[in-house]
Amino acid sequence: MLTRREALFGTMTGAATAALLTAVAATPANAAQPPLADIGKLPRERVTLVKPPFVHAHQQVATGGPKIVEFQLTVKEQPMVIDDDGTTMQAMTYNGSIPAPMMVVHEGDYVELTLINPETNEMPHNIDCHAATGALGGAALTEVNPGEQATLRFKATRAGTFVYHCAPAGMIPWHVVAGMSGTIMVLPRDGLKDENGKPLRYDRIFYIGENEFYIPRDENGKYKSYASLGESYDDTLKVMRGLIPTHVVFNGKVGALTGDNALEANVGETVLFVHAQANRDTRPHLIGGHGDHVWELGKFNDPPAKNLETWFIRGGSAGAALYTFRQPGIYAYVNHNLIEAAELGATAHIMVEGEWDNDLMAQVSAPSPIATL
Amino acid sequence: MRLMIPAMVAAAAATALAIGAAPNAAKDDTAVPVAMASVNAGSFDFRLPGEYLKADWPVDAPKRKVTFRRGFEMMKYQVSLADYGACVADGACEAPDGGRFASGDVPVTGVSYRDAKAYAAWLSRETGETWRLPSDEEWAYAAAERMNDDALALSQDSANPAARWLARYRAESTIGERDAEPKPLGHFGTNSKGLADIAGNVWDWTTTCYLRAVLDDNGKITRSTENCGVRVVGGRHRGYISNFIRDGKSGGCAAGLAPDNLGIRLIRELPSLVGYVRRLLTKTVG
Repeated sequence: MLTRREALFGTMTGAATAALLTAVAATPANAAQPPLADIGKLPRERVTLVKPPFVHAHQQVATGGPKIVEFQLTVKEQPMVIDDDGTTMQAMTYNGSIPAPMMVVHEGDYVELTLINPETNEMPHNIDCHAATGALGGAALTEVNPGEQATLRFKATRAGTFVYHCAPAGMIPWHVVAGMSGTIMVLPRDGLKDENGKPLRYDRIFYIGENEFYIPRDENGKYKSYASLGESYDDTLKVMRGLIPTHVVFNGKVGALTGDNALEANVGETVLFVHAQANRDTRPHLIGGHGDHVWELGKFNDPPAKNLETWFIRGGSAGAALYTFRQPGIYAYVNHNLIEAAELGATAHIMVEGEWDNDLMAQVSAPSPIATL
Repeated sequence: MRLMIPAMVAAAAATALAIGAAPNAAKDDTAVPVAMASVNAGSFDFRLPGEYLKADWPVDAPKRKVTFRRGFEMMKYQVSLADYGACVADGACEAPDGGRFASGDVPVTGVSYRDAKAYAAWLSRETGETWRLPSDEEWAYAAAERMNDDALALSQDSANPAARWLARYRAESTIGERDAEPKPLGHFGTNSKGLADIAGNVWDWTTTCYLRAVLDDNGKITRSTENCGVRVVGGRHRGYISNFIRDGKSGGCAAGLAPDNLGIRLIRELPSLVGYVRRLLTKTVG
């Protein structure tokens, strides 16, 4: 069992410490390039984050110049139910959701992120933003113990969807697979564009955070639950090292985006699916639909791939797929490792209303006994 | 409605199950009898199971008036994990997939149609009585006010097949709580016919085969295909599950909603007059 004291002090290796110190030392010089006084004059915007699979209101095309966009993430360590059978994981989260909320800014904006670690938590936490440059993605400047907070500012220099995650020394994978990952989307100032530079717009965003969990089982095969994070550590690490997850889910739970939580859209609407997986490769597929324009790597200054059937999201990245619904019905959005989709949980449903297009598809004859000639 | 044993005894049975005893399996005179509900003779309007086409488009199933001239006895509670465990211990049933739940007083889950048949056969051998799965008709009649009418009552919109898919999905999404963890027997209460946990989170296997039928303008079946590899399961919404499946799943291409769990509730055949007389004689003589 890992005690809080060990978690706080015991696990940082010499090499990691040296790397952190180097990173810390390097940061002030890098940050000095635009005069700080100018940054201080930039307009500020405070954004209230929204629970996934939804995303806070934002402009697709920026009006005006760069600004400082303020976000706040509060670490919540809490047990969370991850399937319909009531299996409970000692989770670690930003703002209480798995995945953590999506933050949206524009290229050239400054992200000013306050990370709060309440006194009631057991563990130190930080944040590594893949969109940020330096200091281990900000992790070295944001390590907060229970009862502390820190604020990081970084410039969003690259357009695209990027993962962020917790990265405390010695415990990185555990914090990530316990739920501490989210997405930041840096839009080009003039919005999304197709391969010819023609503007692309979306009517909705569905933010699909995919997580895989490694829940220990008892001698009867029943999933174990633990009274605290520290008590869950040893057993969980053993399962993690086997690399075979017990659950692969969207939005933190088997069935989190199906049934009465299914997503909704209409024929003719364009949806941007942002798919993030902080730890493990995945391959989203929209059953009965396509990816009209797909930034598989998530980087919006690359021309999008077109007409994809399935796209690949590398573990530790987020990608984006734009699709205009053309036919009503129930769509399944899955990880097209179908075992993970159907047996482990990686399925979302989208209820799409609208008029059926008989030209795109028609049932020429309904099922009936095989015709005899 | 008449219960064979009072609730107190049922509670005692549940306690016994929790410590691993198996009342259904016991052959001696001290055995706690299986709690039964007597479903009286009567009639009801029955929405036929299966899928129906009219002029090549899916429509709601027709209703038929069904009359039971004799009543029947159905298990008040679903077969519990401990009950089923006794059959497993006897080597007559396969271990269920739902073994992740520790206590015995929850319904057995993770059982297929084949498992359910095997359990009924074993229980019949053990008790000398005749136990069998209900038909969908019997289940629906016994479910009474808890039977969910799966008609969608849409105005015919033959140009848009998606309308039915969406309506079905919505209808099935909104019924009941979303908690698939099996609960102790009796958790979901008793219906007007004295049956506990009808339409809880464990569906019951029935013997009724999947049917696809074509209706004429008068609602009469003109042609049908039966597939007995797929059986009807009764529960919060009616389901159709392949007979070897132990845990109905949705997701992937099957974008509908699957039953939370699959379980067993049996009918005990009322003894025939001949059997009754024979038993009476045995008892008198013995």
